Formats: sequence, structure tokens, C-alpha cells
Amino acid sequence: MALLEVRGLEVAFPKGPHDEALALRGVDLDLDPGERLGVVGESGAGKSMLAFAILNLISEPGRISAGSIRFDGRNLLTLPAKEIRNIRGNRISMIFQDPMMTLNPVLTIGRQMVETLQAHRRIGWAKARKLSIERLAQVAIPTPESRFDSYPHELSGGLRQRVVIAIALLTDPEIIIADEPTTALDVTIQAEIMSLILRLCRDNRVGLILITHDLSVVAEVTERLMIMYAGKVVEEGPTRQIIDHPGHPYSRGLLAALPQRVERGQRLNQIPGTMPGIADLPTGCAYHPRCERAIAGCHIEIPELEAHGSRRISCFRPLLAGAEA
Amino acid sequence: MHILAFLIRRLFQAVIVMLIISIIGFSIQDQLGDPLRELVGQAVSVAEREALRDRMGLNDPFWTQYLRFLGNAVEGDLGTSYFFKKPALKVILAKFPATFELVLGATFLFLSISIPGGVYCAIRPRSWLARFIMGGSIIGLSVPIFLTAIFLIWIFAVELGVMPSFGRGETVTMPWGWRTGFLTRDGLLHLVLPSITLASIMLPLFLRLIRAEMMEALGTEYVRFAWAKGLAPRRIWFVHAFRNTLLPVVTIGGLQIGTLIAYTILTETVFQWPGMGFLFLEAVNRVDTPLIIAYIIVVGLIFVVVNTIVDLVYTLINPMVKLPGAQG
Amino acid sequence: MLSARAFTRRFFGDPTAVGAFVIVAAVVAMVVSAPWLAPQNPYDPLQIDIMDSEMPPSWVAGGDERFLLGTDAQGRGVLSTIMYGTGVSLLIGFGAVVVQAFIGISLGLIAGYRGGWIDAFLMRLADIQLSISTLMLAIIALAVFSAAFGPEAYAKLAIFMLIAVIGIAEWPRFARTVRASVLAEKKKEYVDAARVIGLSPGTIMRRHILPNTMTPVLVISTIQVAEAIVTEAALSFLGLGMPVNRPSLGALIRSGFEFIFSGSWWITLFPAIMLMLLILSINLLGDFMRDTLNPKLRRGDE
Repeated sequence: MALLEVRGLEVAFPKGPHDEALALRGVDLDLDPGERLGVVGESGAGKSMLAFAILNLISEPGRISAGSIRFDGRNLLTLPAKEIRNIRGNRISMIFQDPMMTLNPVLTIGRQMVETLQAHRRIGWAKARKLSIERLAQVAIPTPESRFDSYPHELSGGLRQRVVIAIALLTDPEIIIADEPTTALDVTIQAEIMSLILRLCRDNRVGLILITHDLSVVAEVTERLMIMYAGKVVEEGPTRQIIDHPGHPYSRGLLAALPQRVERGQRLNQIPGTMPGIADLPTGCAYHPRCERAIAGCHIEIPELEAHGSRRISCFRPLLAGAEA
Repeated sequence: MHILAFLIRRLFQAVIVMLIISIIGFSIQDQLGDPLRELVGQAVSVAEREALRDRMGLNDPFWTQYLRFLGNAVEGDLGTSYFFKKPALKVILAKFPATFELVLGATFLFLSISIPGGVYCAIRPRSWLARFIMGGSIIGLSVPIFLTAIFLIWIFAVELGVMPSFGRGETVTMPWGWRTGFLTRDGLLHLVLPSITLASIMLPLFLRLIRAEMMEALGTEYVRFAWAKGLAPRRIWFVHAFRNTLLPVVTIGGLQIGTLIAYTILTETVFQWPGMGFLFLEAVNRVDTPLIIAYIIVVGLIFVVVNTIVDLVYTLINPMVKLPGAQG
Repeated sequence: MLSARAFTRRFFGDPTAVGAFVIVAAVVAMVVSAPWLAPQNPYDPLQIDIMDSEMPPSWVAGGDERFLLGTDAQGRGVLSTIMYGTGVSLLIGFGAVVVQAFIGISLGLIAGYRGGWIDAFLMRLADIQLSISTLMLAIIALAVFSAAFGPEAYAKLAIFMLIAVIGIAEWPRFARTVRASVLAEKKKEYVDAARVIGLSPGTIMRRHILPNTMTPVLVISTIQVAEAIVTEAALSFLGLGMPVNRPSLGALIRSGFEFIFSGSWWITLFPAIMLMLLILSINLLGDFMRDTLNPKLRRGDE
């Protein structure tokens, strides 16, 4: 059994006075200990929603309307609040997108680190401080002792994110969920931060769920990959396989749209149209209006995730090796 | 920015503002009323009047008279009250303790209710208590303060007869001249209704302010991150969210000083509370010009001082404007 | 922007709004018909009799059916004084808001459109006025004027002074709202298009930008009327407002206050109730306008 097992997760938001729209429409996810999984999709596809849902942090008026989230055998959705707090920030940590917004501007870095430790184990301030400074050093923050007493606004964006990563690692979690950890950072430091995350996860054998819209990053960091579209998983499997031979037409479109795939001077490949919002989903497969491989049945039924080798694809006409390109 | 530099700059600004207020005050005095009328009877001839005016410097150019006024003001001489025949500043300052204690009582009341109330309403916005408090605050905001006062007097003083309806009651004079009502039961009793009245209008204001700011803080990313870290709710509410609420509350709260002074005047009027506001209105009725001007200047000073203190406090508690000297 | 039809539909669907509107309409009707419907004209010395003074409401022992709500110390029927007094309050309330709106909208347009030092200066001025607070400004201004003019002259000018002072004191609120709208509209393409055509700034401001700022102005106007009425009532209560012989509700409350202690509670209570009713209804209407036309203008509500 996997360390983290999500089955049929649905998140609903109210739409009008008597109706609800689903932001997540039945998502499954498995993570083994130490495994690194990428979750890729456009803005609004539901990736961040998935991350927050795992930690039961969906804020009103949204709610988890169906499904189960089993961590280490127990269903997080039915645990009492105190038990959930035991897991959050302790066994499953999260890294948010924008470190300027993530850290409280009126508290020092040190306090925000020590409180995390003290929330989850009995530890005195001095010892907690020592541990925190060690972690700060681990994430390559220079002069960690003085940084400990700094305020977030006194650090650069890259340093702040390193602090957030340090906080995530403080409690030796089993899983880190990183929600677009480098998107808000300068392009020049994105690679640094990403490789830092990769190295730390590998060295400490921490599982990683990396949420991003950046396919090139995912290729280097993750072992398995999940591609989301309009609240559903459309393809999932080993990263290398999907990148080399995308099975779902959307996956292929995403990969083709990468700037690296195009010669200089040529036009970038674009998928025509836009992803539908949760309130106006088409019938059947949500991708079919934009899909060049759509057939008659695509607008009637929603395709289920079907196994194709080591992958699962939800498509009635997937691109499989040997089939037409 | 060094804290000393900050203080000096604010001091400089304060002086400029006070100068402007003094010019306005003096101009008003210049236009209003004739000091000669008060000092000298009708039977004095016109020639003698003119001579007297010359001697008193009343025919000098505007700026000369103003500088003379300013010079006197800096020494604490803001003219002599026509009615009391005593230095205007002294008359006003004698009433300061009464106003101060009223404001103190009211502030204690409304802060001690609005802070926990506002925080609670932000944390549990849909509880019946929160709805009740918010509903009550709308009522508090809708009733004009003088009606609250009248109503309270009618119920507690007239109909039930359990509270005094005017004045300060028994006061004790401290060695340094301060007359306080806090040390006698009678004095405290007299303080009750006026304090409640003044608090009744400030309370809903601060309640809604604190609630709104707290709700905003609770919706921020860093609070969400705090939840994600698995911190205890108490810590998230009172350390993370509340600290950030204080900053805007101090700023916006500090801006209410003008409103507070105006409402204090109203409260003192209804309860015939012998404070500066009541004195001011009496001076208006008697056209006691020096007293009117002196009051305006004193209130202007209070205003400037309070604003400077609020700015200073904000600078001290907001780490994003950290002054070197503290841990950086 | 809400269409007129949608607005009316929402209005009739909201019992509180309808109720509030009915009350305000009834009050206005009462005021307008006062010269004909009031039992007496309390400010005509021929119609009052000092022998009728301090009589309780008609349903209390000692009351007289001629005077439904009792009489004051001069023998004036309280019902009549309220009918006339409410008119004065409403007049000042609306008048002051007209002044505020005119000044505020003009300055807001200029500040928003021109920007630069004019904008900075006006906004600084607005900040200062807001921090001193309308009531304080009004108290000081009126105190000085009443000392300057003397009681008799001041009594004659009171109504204009009140409208002017409350009007000038409160322009920042309108100016800020309009300025915010202007800044938002300025970024839109139609303004560039108008400039390219060669329209003068004044024309652009008036013809193009102004209509788009009307919604927020409409919203705050209603609430500002209630504010103005309360402010005037407070000022009159302090003796800085309407005189006793042409009173507003605030002045009525003032002159009735001392009689609470001698037991004649009705002289102050009924004007107070009328004032509260008026303020509450207008505020409720204002809330409805705000919620319907632009919920984003909520000041610190949920």
C-alpha cells in the first residue's frame, strides 16, 4: 500500500444559490515513500486545489465533497482536528508559491521556525533554535545565526524560499508538497531552488509532490507524472515515458508547446482554445472541443483512466506507440 | 532612518502645524470682537479710545500683532478670558482633568469590549454571538450620541433614580493640583453614565474595524501557511493574525481623535460635565473670544501630539520600518 | 451596471428596503403637507396659548385631545413642532449633500484626471479634513461664526451656515470615491480615443468619465444624507445650529431636554423618535443601494 493514497477526490464550490461546481472531479493519487511525483496542468486545472485538499486546507466556500485520502493507512478526511494537526507541517509539509506572502511579515524568521518545531514536539527554545539554524545552513543560507533574527522583508526572494524549504524540512516529514515553488522567483534562481529541493528530497528520502505548470522542470525532478485538465487527471505514469511518448492528446499538445521544441524563428505551437472554467464544462471529455483527435463519442461520455502499460490515460483515442501519430 | 531623525522631523512638522493653527486662531481673534469693549466702559471718548488702542498696540499691522501674540503664546499667555478675568490657558487647563478622566473611562470601556469582541466575531463570524454583536453595533452606530445620553439619563437618573444625571460629583484634589473623580464612590458613580455614553459611539466603530482587519489577516497566505504547518489555532489567531491586525487598527484608530474630541464635547454638554468641551460652548455663548481661541489652540495641540504619538507607536511596532539600533 | 429593471426587481424583492422607503416617503409627505395637515402652526404666535404649556400626550391622564403628542413649555403642540422641524432637518440634510456632492465630484474629477501636484495637494487636504472629522470642523467653524455674528444675526443665517459648513466639511468622501472611479476609467481605451479626437479635458471629464462614476456617487449619497441629518442634529443640540423659533429635530430635542427632569418627557422623546426613525430608514435604504449597486464599497462589513 502506498504511503499516500487518494481516491476519487472531489472538491465542490457553490455556483449560484442552489448549485455546486466541481473543481476536482474525482482524482486518484498514489505516492510511495520517497517517491517524487509531478502534477502538471494549466492554471485552474485543479493542481493547487489537490495540494490543499490533501492537507484538508480547502477554504470556504469550497469543500471536499467526496473521496478519501489515506495517509499511512488512515483517512485524513475523518480524523479529528488534533490528529490532522499532527500530520500537517509534521509528517506532510507544504511549500507555497510566493515566499513573500507565505512568511508573516511581523514575526522573525527564527520565531516562525521555532514555532513549527514546538508545535509538533516537546523541545525547548534553545534546542529549537539550534536545529533551525542547522536547517538554514542546509539550505545554503549564509550567516544563518543572524538570519535567524531577521524579518522576512530583509531577505531576497530566493533566500526567503530557502527559508520556507528549511521550515518544510524542520520536522523531517515523510512527504513534501511543493506548490509551484519557483514560479514567483527570479528566473535566474529558479534552477538553483529546484535543484536544492531535488537534492534534499533525495538525500533525506522524502516523498515529493511537485505541482507546477513547467514541464521542463518536471522532467528533471520527478519520477512519475500526473497531467491534470479541468479538474481531472488525464494521464499519469513514469515521467520519462510520458515526456517521450505522450499518450493523451493534451499531453502531446503541452509538450509540443514547449519553446525548446521549436526552431528559432518558427512560431510556437499552441493548443487552440482555452481550458473551460469549472462552471462551464462541456459534456463528455472536457478536452474534446480542443482536441484534434476527437471522435463522435468524446462529447457523450467522460473517459475513465485506463491502464496502458505502466501508464493510465483517460482518452477514447490515446496516442499509443504503434498507433497513428 | 534613525529614531532621532524621525522625531526631529515630526517635531518640525508639528511646529509648522501649530504655527498654522496659531495664525488661524489669531486671525479669528483679530476679526472677532473688540478687546477694548470689554476693558473700557462706554463713557470713554473716541479720542481716548484711539489713544488706548495705540498704546495697546491694536493699531499695529497684522504681522506685528501676530508676532506679539505668538511671543505671548510661547510663554503660555493666550490672552485673558473676558468672563473669568483670568488667563485663558489657566482656565482651560483647570478643566483638563475632568475631560481626561471622562475620555479615560470611556476608552477603557470600549477597548476592553471591542478588542475581544472584534477578534471573536472574526474567528467565528457565523455564531449567534457574533451576529448579535454585529447587529448591536449597527444599532450603536445609528443612534446619535446625544440621544444615547438623554436616553440613559432618562432611564437611570430620572425614572429609576439610581444614577446621578449631571456633574462630576465629589472630587479629590491631588497634591499637584489634579482634581480626580476616581478616588470617591460618588465621583466614580458620576463617571458611569458619561463614560458609557462616550464609549457607546466609539465601541461599534472599533468593533467593526478590528473585526474587518482581523478577517483580512485570517485570509492571508501566511495564515494559511500557518495552518499548513499544523500550528495550534490559538497561536494562529493571537500571534499570527492579531499582530497584523494591530497595525492598521492603530493607524485608523489614531485618526479617530477628531471624532473623539467632538463626541466628548457632546457628552460633556448633556451631562454638564465640567470639562474643556463644556467650557468651550459656554465661552461661545458668552462670546468670550480669548477663551474660544485658546481652546482651539489647545485642541490643535492635543491633536498634533496624539498624531505624533500614533505615528511613533506605529513605527515602533511595524518591523518593516525598522530603525537601526534594534536588532536588524 | 445594473439595469433599471433589474434594480426595481431587486428593490421590490427586499422587504427591508421597501419598508425603509415607505417610511421615508411617508415622512417627506408629512413634511410637505405640514402647512395644511398640522393641527397648528407652532411658529405663528397667534396660534399658541401659554396656558396650554406642558400638557402630556392625549392618552395620558391630563392630556388634551387637541394635542396628540402633548405640548411644550410655550404651549406648542409637539406633533406640530415635529412636522415642521422634520422639514428643516430634511432640508439641511439634502442641501448639505448637494453642496458636498458638487464640490466633491468636481474636485474628485480634477484630482483623478489631472494627477500630479493638484492630486497630491487635494488628497492631502482631504486627509487633513478627514482626520479632524466633520463634526469637529463644523463645531469650530460654527462657534466662530456665531461668536462673530451674534445670536440674532446668526439665527437668521443658521440654515445657510449649516448647509454650507456640513457641505464643505464632507466633500472629501465624494471626492475620494469619484477620484477612484476616474483613475480606473482613465486607463480604459475610450479615454485615449476621446483624447486622440481632440476633446478638451473638461469635456472628456464631463461627458465620458462622469457618467461612469455615477454609481458609486449614488450609493454614498443616500448614506451621506443620513450623516448630514445626524450632524446637523448634533450641532443644533449643542446650540450651534437652528434656533428655538425655527427648530430642526435637533433643536427640538435640545429645548425639550431640560424638561425630562420635571417629568415632561414627551417634549424630547417624540422628536428623538422621529429623528431615529428617519436616520434608520435612510441608512437602511443606503445599505440596500450599496449592496445592490456595488458591494465592493462595503466599509468593513462581512
